[in-house]
Amino acid sequence: MEAVRRLNYRERRANRIGTGVSPAVVIALVAAAIFLLVGSLLSPIFAQQTVAGLAQGAVFASLALALVLIYRATEVINFAQGEMAMATTYFAYQLTLWHVSYWWAFFLTLIIAFFFGAIVQVAIIRPVQRSVIAVVIVTVGMFVLIDGLVTWKWGADLKFMPAPFGNTVYHVGSVAFARQDIGTLVVTIISVVLLWVLFKFTKLGLAMRAAALRPASAALVGVRVNRMLAIGWGLAAVLGAVAGLMTEPTVFLQPTMMQAVLLYAFAAAVLGGLESPAGAVIGGLALGVFLNLVGQYVGFATSELRLPIAFAVLLIVLLVKPHGLFGSKQVRRV
Amino acid sequence: MKRFSVAHPLLVIGALVIALLPFQMSGYHTGLGAHVAIFFIAILGLNILTGYTGQISIGHGAFMAIGGYTTAVMSHYHHTNLILTLPLAFAIAFCFGVLVGIPALRFSGVYLALATFALAVSVPQFTLKFSSFLGGSNGLQTSTTKSNAWIYGVSWSCAAILYLVAWLVLRGRTGRAFRAIRDSEVAAAASGVTLPIYKTLAFGISAAFAGVAGSLFVIATNGFAQPNEFAVFLSLTLLIGAAVAGLGSLWGILVGAVFVALLPTVSADVPLIGSSHGQDVVFGLIVIVIMLLLPTGFAGLLYRLRSLPGIRTPVEKEAGG
Repeated sequence: MEAVRRLNYRERRANRIGTGVSPAVVIALVAAAIFLLVGSLLSPIFAQQTVAGLAQGAVFASLALALVLIYRATEVINFAQGEMAMATTYFAYQLTLWHVSYWWAFFLTLIIAFFFGAIVQVAIIRPVQRSVIAVVIVTVGMFVLIDGLVTWKWGADLKFMPAPFGNTVYHVGSVAFARQDIGTLVVTIISVVLLWVLFKFTKLGLAMRAAALRPASAALVGVRVNRMLAIGWGLAAVLGAVAGLMTEPTVFLQPTMMQAVLLYAFAAAVLGGLESPAGAVIGGLALGVFLNLVGQYVGFATSELRLPIAFAVLLIVLLVKPHGLFGSKQVRRV
Repeated sequence: MKRFSVAHPLLVIGALVIALLPFQMSGYHTGLGAHVAIFFIAILGLNILTGYTGQISIGHGAFMAIGGYTTAVMSHYHHTNLILTLPLAFAIAFCFGVLVGIPALRFSGVYLALATFALAVSVPQFTLKFSSFLGGSNGLQTSTTKSNAWIYGVSWSCAAILYLVAWLVLRGRTGRAFRAIRDSEVAAAASGVTLPIYKTLAFGISAAFAGVAGSLFVIATNGFAQPNEFAVFLSLTLLIGAAVAGLGSLWGILVGAVFVALLPTVSADVPLIGSSHGQDVVFGLIVIVIMLLLPTGFAGLLYRLRSLPGIRTPVEKEAGG
C-alpha cells in the first residue's frame, strides 16, 4: 500500500493523471452538466434524448477507455480494437447458441476476451513492438483478418442475441426511459469503476501503471513489463467485449457492427486526451449526449452527418487544446 | 536511405518494362496495371508527407475522394475532357491539403494522425449528404468511359510526371527543409526553416498527388465515383502500402503499390477458404506477416541488402527516418 501511495504521488508529480485538468475545462463541464439537468427538467424529450445519449456515450466510453489503456502503455492506437470487440460478441452469440443463459455467456465472454487480448499481444504485437508504425499496420491487418474470419465462420447476415434487459420502458412523470439504456449505462459504469479500482488500489494495477509510466525503471524494480503489457491488452479486450455486447441490442450482430462505434471511440478518446482514462470516459459520455441532442434539435444534422459532426467537434476541441480536454502539455527536451 | 534519383539504368529498364507490358497482357491485367500506377502516385504523395516531412496522415483517402469527385463532377456536368480534369484535381486537392495543413501546425504525432483520420471518415459522408449533386451512394459517373489500355497509359504517364515533380521538389531547398522538419522541428525552425510554410506545402503537394490518384481511380472504375470506394479502408490501404514501401525508396514505393493493388485480387484466388471472405483472411494475414518480417518495409530491406558486404552500390547515408 505504501508503494501504491508513493506511485500515486509520483504520478501527480509527473502530471499524467487528473491534475492536468485546467479550471476552464472544469467550468465548461459543470456548465454543460447544469445545462443538461435544467433542460431535462424542462422538456421530457430533452430528458429522453439525454439518457439515450448517455447510454450510447457509455458504449463509446468503454471502447475509448480500451484504446486509452493501450495507448498509455505503448503509445499505439489499436485499430483492431473494434473488430476484436465484434469477434468477442460473436463468441457470446455462439455461447447462447449452446444454450448458455445470457448473463453466463456475458461473463464467460469477458474471460475469453481477456485471454484473446493477451494472446494477441504476445503472439502478434510483441514481435513488432519496437516500431510504432509497424504495430499500427499490424493492427490494421488484424482488422481485416478478424473481419474475414468472422464473416467466414458466422456469415455477414444479421444475427440476434437474447435481449439482455428486455424491452421494458419506465415512465417517470412524462419521461420514458428505456430499460435497455439504463442497463447499458449501469453495466458500463460498473466495469469502468472496477477497472479504476484495479488500477488504483491493487498491487497488479500498481505494477501495470509503473510499466506504462516508466518501463525501464519498473523492470529494474522487478515488474515484469512484458507480462503487464499482455495483461493490459487483455483488459482492453475485456472493455471492448463489454462495449460490443452493449452495442449488440441496438445494431444487432453483424461483422461491421463496431466500425462506427470505433470511430466515435477514437473521437471520444482524443477529445478527452489519449493519455487520460477519465478523459476517455467523460469524452465518450459527452459525445454520446451531444450527438443525440444535435440530432434531435438541429435540422441540418441528418444521420449522414453524425460522424462528420463528431469529428468537427473533435477538431475544434483539438485546435483549442491540442492534447485533448484532459491531456497535459508534453514538454520535450530538444 | 537512398534519395530519389532520375538517371539510373535500372530506372530506364523499369520504365521500358512498364511501357511494353500492356502489349503482353489481357485487358483485365492492364486494368490491374493501371491500379498499380494509381497506388504508386498516391503512396508517392504520402511518402513526401510522412517519409520526408515526418507528418503522419491516415486520411489520404479523403484527398483521393476529392480528386475523384472533381473528375466525376466536371465530366458529368460539364463534359470536360478527362485529361483536363487531372490538373484540376491536382489543384483542388492541393488547396484542400493546404487547408488541412493549417490545423496540422498545431497538432503533432498521433493527434495529427487521428485528425487526418477524421477527414477520411467525414469526406465520404458528405457525398451522401449532398446526394442530389454528388450522386449519393449510387455514385456519379463521368460522361465518357475509357479503355483499360488508355487508362494504363495515362496512369503511368502521370506517375512518371509526378515522380519527376517529386524529385524536383525534394532534391533542392524544399526537400532539405522537409527533411529538417522530420528530423527535428525545433532545430529546423532554429536554422531558418519557416515551419508553417513548409508544413502546409508538404500537405498540399502530398494531397495533390493523392487527388490525381483519386481522379485516375475514378476513371479506372468505369468512371464511377462512389463513396464506398473512398471509405476509410482506402486510407488504411494507402497506409499499408506506405508501410510496405518503407521510407524514401522508389523501388519500395513500387513494391508497396504492387502489394496493395494486386494482393486483394490475388488473395481472392487462394483456394484456402474458398468463398469471398477468404480474400480478407489472406490479405490480413499477409499484411501481418510482412510487418513481422519487414518492420521497416521494403526500403529497409533494400538498405540492408545494400549494406551487405560484396555489393558495391554506394549507399547514401542520411540521418533519421
